[in-house]
Amino acid sequence: MNPPLLSAHSLSRSYGNHLAVSNVSFSVNKGEVLGFLGPNGAGKSTTMKMLSGNLAPHHGEITINGYDLIENPKQAKAQIGFLPEQPPLYKELSVVEFLNFCARINQVPRTKINAAVDTVIQRCGLSDVTKRLIGHLSKGYQQRVGIAQAIIHTPSVVILDEPTAGLDPIQIIEIRQLIRDIATEHSVILSTHILPEVQTLCDRVQIIHQGQLLFNDTIEHLSQQMKTSSLLLELSKPPVVEQLKQLTGVLAVEALSTTQFRLHYHPDNNPTESLLNQSVSQHWQLQQLTPEHHSLEDVFMKIIKNEKPSTEQVA
Amino acid sequence: MFTLARYELYRLFLSPLAWIILALSQLILAYLFLTHIDYFVQIQPKISAIPGAPGVTELVAIPLLNNAATVLLLIAPLVTMRLIAEERRNESFPLLISAPLSVNQIVLGKYLGTFAFFLVLLILIMLMPLSLLVASPIDLSLLAAGFLGLVLLLASFTAIGLFLSSLTKQPAIAGITTFTILFLLWIIDWAGSSQVGEQTSLFAWLSLLRHFEPMLQGEVHSSDISYYLIVIGTFLLLTIRRLDSERIN
Repeated sequence: MNPPLLSAHSLSRSYGNHLAVSNVSFSVNKGEVLGFLGPNGAGKSTTMKMLSGNLAPHHGEITINGYDLIENPKQAKAQIGFLPEQPPLYKELSVVEFLNFCARINQVPRTKINAAVDTVIQRCGLSDVTKRLIGHLSKGYQQRVGIAQAIIHTPSVVILDEPTAGLDPIQIIEIRQLIRDIATEHSVILSTHILPEVQTLCDRVQIIHQGQLLFNDTIEHLSQQMKTSSLLLELSKPPVVEQLKQLTGVLAVEALSTTQFRLHYHPDNNPTESLLNQSVSQHWQLQQLTPEHHSLEDVFMKIIKNEKPSTEQVA
Repeated sequence: MFTLARYELYRLFLSPLAWIILALSQLILAYLFLTHIDYFVQIQPKISAIPGAPGVTELVAIPLLNNAATVLLLIAPLVTMRLIAEERRNESFPLLISAPLSVNQIVLGKYLGTFAFFLVLLILIMLMPLSLLVASPIDLSLLAAGFLGLVLLLASFTAIGLFLSSLTKQPAIAGITTFTILFLLWIIDWAGSSQVGEQTSLFAWLSLLRHFEPMLQGEVHSSDISYYLIVIGTFLLLTIRRLDSERIN
């Protein structure tokens, strides 16, 4: 297996007495989208800042594409593109001027600067505003310029800190599309407190809370945790509860009202089909049958509340 | 580093601040220049008979440079205060930090860019005494010594301002502290000069003005030049140290 593109080993960072990030280890492989999920103040931004070299970790080390961020900061930083929470823009410059500047300070070879600027303008959908001053652009466009700035030197890892914060729903969808597009060529580390964002964008998710990494797994595993084993059922002419209990696979029946029930079943033994058959043959008059989903929120809350340290932390 | 310097200069000229500073300093100095010429024209008949009397360079150009130094003392903090403090306030500093640039390059780039602006300002100011060439010969080497003095003085102002700008998030605070420190270094020899004859007094040595005055008289001492170089080097190093330690604390 190839060594991971970026690996962080037991990162810790404190502000005064407050431990913002404590002993966090993880790695990102090539072409992977890693989501950092956590409530506000969980230590997401601090971690992002450490990965981008804006903050030095008090303990631990970060290696990017084989370069240690502390020992070889220049080579390591050339491999990353960073978009902080607040996009770092010079508002008095026009979009083209600003991106030109970014290309230069990120050491894009002189002959390739124009091509690089054109490419990111196209990718980030900035073609209509190239000559406008950044200060006059809407928040959504400024965010795109921020993303353009982060990918202009085709870094191997792009670090985005809450890229959709403060945008309207349409802009959020557009930015997500852009991130998905970026993910085809770069590895992406994304921090957010919006759960569906992680679901739609990320391959792997890490949940961080109070500076600790609580969960680190693929999005499929997370979804599996979310899989339920209950059905919401509404019947106009329900039979006695005992009869429902006798259906194959049903473990327990909860009567929510005279017509509504919740059926708990074994995950390997879904009673839906037999339930349907019985309901037709015995005229129970089925009104509603809904498999219940634990939302990502539920799982998130569960993980945070349990404070259960992840068992699958990357060594 | 030079890219950074170039864009620093460019961004400065995009803001009205640079143009206003250039225009207003020209206005004030042009007025002073005219009053010096006026004065010179008045006394010229009286002193022309005296052998070895001061000429137009001593009476017009050098006082102008002296005035320019005072005006620049007031202006420099306004330009340097935004250097790092404003980047911090706009949260645009991560752009430079996450780029593959060392802190030295960032500091030197910003320093050179701002210094280049002051050079433009100085050259515009120098055009005034040089315009005297049309009417009369002037002592070019004396003028050059004065110019060198101003350049070194401004280079020190910029370094001190850059350091103080790196200490805070508020440009206004950077501006005020820079002005205070520059002014203090300007007048600090008042304490030293009360001890008559104490040439080597520490306060006198610290004074920015003390090392500038000889150059206005055409005396370029290597000790004065090294004083300015020490000031510049010290404050640039302090800025680098400050930005480095910021990532850790």
